[in-house]
Amino acid sequence: MVRINGEDVACSGKSVAEYLHSAGYDAGRVAVELNGNIVPKALYGDTIFKDGDSAEVVSFVGGG
Amino acid sequence: MNGDKLVIGGHEFNSRFILGSGKYSLNLIEAAIKDAGAEIITLAVRRANTKEQENILDYIPEGITLLPNTSGARNAEEAVRIARLARELGCGNFVKIEIMRDSKYLLPDNQETIKATEILANDGFVVMPYMYPDLSVARDLVNAGAATIMPLASPIGSNKGLATKDFIQILIDEIDLPIIVDAGIGKPSQACEAMEMGAAAIMANTALATAGNLPLMASAFRNAIEAGRKAYLAGLGRVLTRGASASDPLTGFLRD
Repeated sequence: MVRINGEDVACSGKSVAEYLHSAGYDAGRVAVELNGNIVPKALYGDTIFKDGDSAEVVSFVGGG
Repeated sequence: MNGDKLVIGGHEFNSRFILGSGKYSLNLIEAAIKDAGAEIITLAVRRANTKEQENILDYIPEGITLLPNTSGARNAEEAVRIARLARELGCGNFVKIEIMRDSKYLLPDNQETIKATEILANDGFVVMPYMYPDLSVARDLVNAGAATIMPLASPIGSNKGLATKDFIQILIDEIDLPIIVDAGIGKPSQACEAMEMGAAAIMANTALATAGNLPLMASAFRNAIEAGRKAYLAGLGRVLTRGASASDPLTGFLRD
């Protein structure tokens, strides 16, 4: 399992790009942090989730 | 007035009204920006929601500078993390540092803000720290590489106006960076007053989000900020400590 945005997701073995697509995220509108490190957009296809990984997928929202 | 630019980290702006985008409909953002005449809009970074098809970036016109904040950060480390994620979202290198340990009054943690400012300025960000108006802290922020100083007028979202007026004036008088009054400005008259004092710009969100007619209030703020700026540039007339001073000639009276 991979912990993504605080929830356990069964996506070990998937690339970041595959996960974002399957989960319905717009890859152009999010930033991804994996185990505390930012994943550059160019590496979404080559970065593979492993069991026990922890990731954050964030985007902009309204704010002051 | 044409040559009167607001310069932040080497970037020039004509507008001195920084608009927040929180707590109101995405559909109103474009009208708010237009009626405010704003060139900078603040945003927050949060966990992305896959179910939400709408993205705020689709509602912000081209050419507007995005100013992500680090809201949600409780210390410098979290603020740095949020700022870097915001930059990775691909919309420039401006960041408004906002660090709060306190959720009741939402007051900024000045010490952690200094730490985050130094780290992010060294990392190439244009750093705009939100802070409690304190001259020593402001000087530390300057030394840490801040591009502006953003003192609060009163608690975030309170619409209470210039509760810290005298201390903001000290920053305006002593700090050689744009002083942008952020948080608590509730009415155009308060924005105008801060601009008359010499503030470089005003940041407002709740005053608009809680107004009866948001675009109309954005326009009112724009006018007030421009009026205050002109008054500051013109130089305010003096105030008598006592007595009066006639505006009319003291000769030629119609009397014997």
